[in-house]
Amino acid sequence: MRPVTRVTGRALPLDRRDVDTDQIIPSDWLKRVERTGYGAGLFAAWRADPAFALNDPHFAGATVLVADANFGCGSSREHAAWALEDWGFRAIVAPSFADIFRGNCLSVGLVAAELPDPDVTRIRAAVHRDPTIEVTVDVERRVLAVPALDYESAFALDDASRARLLAGQDGIDLSLAHAEAITAYETRRADWLPRLSSGST
Amino acid sequence: MTGLTLAEKVWDGHVVHRAAGEPDLLYVDLHLVHEVTSPQAFDGLRLAGRGVRRPDLTLATADHNIPTVLERPIADQVSARQVDALERNCAEFGIRLYPMGNPRQGIVHVIGPQLGLSQPGMVIVCGDSHTSTHGALGAIAFGIGTSDVEQVLATQTIARARPKTMAVTLEGSTPADVSAKDVILGIVARIGTGGGTGHIVEYRGAAIGRLSLEGRMTVCNMSIEAGARAGMIAPDDVTFAYLEGRPHAPVGAAWERALDDWRRLPSDTDARYEREVRIDARELRPYVTWGTNPAQAVAIDGRVPDPESLADDASRESARRALAYMDLAPGTAMRDIAVDTVFLGSCTNGRIEDLRAAADVLRGKRVRDGLRALAVPGSMQVRAQAEAEGLDRVFRAAGFEWRSAGCSMCLGMNDDVAAAGERVASTSNRNFEGRQGPGARTHLVSPAVAAATAVAGHLASPADLAR
Repeated sequence: MRPVTRVTGRALPLDRRDVDTDQIIPSDWLKRVERTGYGAGLFAAWRADPAFALNDPHFAGATVLVADANFGCGSSREHAAWALEDWGFRAIVAPSFADIFRGNCLSVGLVAAELPDPDVTRIRAAVHRDPTIEVTVDVERRVLAVPALDYESAFALDDASRARLLAGQDGIDLSLAHAEAITAYETRRADWLPRLSSGST
Repeated sequence: MTGLTLAEKVWDGHVVHRAAGEPDLLYVDLHLVHEVTSPQAFDGLRLAGRGVRRPDLTLATADHNIPTVLERPIADQVSARQVDALERNCAEFGIRLYPMGNPRQGIVHVIGPQLGLSQPGMVIVCGDSHTSTHGALGAIAFGIGTSDVEQVLATQTIARARPKTMAVTLEGSTPADVSAKDVILGIVARIGTGGGTGHIVEYRGAAIGRLSLEGRMTVCNMSIEAGARAGMIAPDDVTFAYLEGRPHAPVGAAWERALDDWRRLPSDTDARYEREVRIDARELRPYVTWGTNPAQAVAIDGRVPDPESLADDASRESARRALAYMDLAPGTAMRDIAVDTVFLGSCTNGRIEDLRAAADVLRGKRVRDGLRALAVPGSMQVRAQAEAEGLDRVFRAAGFEWRSAGCSMCLGMNDDVAAAGERVASTSNRNFEGRQGPGARTHLVSPAVAAATAVAGHLASPADLAR
């Protein structure tokens, strides 16, 4: 995962609450065994509507998705974060995120920045009016800025997630730093806990 | 000192490493793996030259994209490659796999409890959001993404901030015609799609205690539809009776030791929850969804709501969009909505009790002419048990197709899809746009309502058939 210090770019507004990961990437795309190439399936069903924001050339090249509450709810498919990243998004701003999706964004290095609902609504409206305005998501300072609106506000991002994004750290490396503690824990586990052998019988 | 909740006891018992400003590193007792969210994780292991730390705590099965007609090879080449990849990966890394055709194959959340692998006090993860199902046994169980699948394969641990605790207490008794599915649809409608975000929900109260273990699984299964990190129910004698004698349950002295441990798990009487919701169980009804998220539900006696009557702008806009997608007019009686297809199955309602509940309604009756009805058992063991009880004959005589185990039409990754515009009464968990096929319209219902609907041809309760 590459480090992310700051994302600056144009934004794409998505005015829908409870956007589920089935919409972000339909299940047909989940049959693939590859890790890349999911951008083509991003919001596949909604893109059939010519008026959908992703089809609007004014928003082409946007790197910040400005979404609505409970973004990424439903299925745990990391493919949703892969698709957003593959399309070109580097940060998502929303009043709230579904928990599993937020974790998946962190795994992929997509910044999920949470701001109060009225602020996000205001930013979406501003982007609708002028798609050329720039948004900066500063991971280092945990601040989101929209200079055209003279807006700057701290966003919620826990210390550990911030550190992981800044360093581009892999979750496995972070766990393996505690290899001894893992082994020690294993010696304490109850003896009745179930264990499987390999095979299929 | 204040007592601890069930969730806190299980969580704290699995912390491998804890430090300020960091998420807890949790040990995983059971990792369930399926074909859809694992191939990239195994590729990641190979790229990094890593192995699977605990294949003995890992179980794989194929469920999401496989056909539910066993006689047929997988015609979809993309799905076939994915199922092949799972078989190769499990062979290479020494992981137990129940592939298509195996008598123990089934939906991952049905086979874990059925084999006695899911037990009280465990931490269970799977690359699937409905992993919350296993919380019915008093485990902390949650869905993870593919990077996390790779991490658990490599390290048997997962990093997560300690969730907040939430109690949903059902006071009093549910009416006789209210099933476990109706209980959870009623809860999700009350707390909303994001009502559980950041929390582990513990379902409590007499009405929960009276549910069978299978009904408890239905309730915990849909915790994610309220956004909860997990859902769980304290283990009790119902739990222990369910587990005893299952293939992976402890036996003899180990069973006694396990019981001693499990009896200490329920929340202490002085435990505090960060959020509490109380629901009068007597107010619950059989529910049917009208919209495109699981919280958009009304009693089957109700009508499609008028978006303009809703409390806030966001709900109104959401309802307007949902009604446009669902092609429903405000004020329509739910019973007047005709359906094309009935789907009985999924990790929510694909267990033996669900099949029995539907068969009880269908005995001696016929599916409405022109309506397609599918019964898809949650596992091959459920299918075998149903056949031993003669339920397959009831379904077939009524005009249902009797299938093999898999996720099937819950998410339409195999051939079991609904066409654009087709209306489905489904015992699954999600009525999202396009979930059961592009343009398909889903109404979430209980198994009994699904069966009655298949006979009536429109959304109906079993009591309607007698009228």
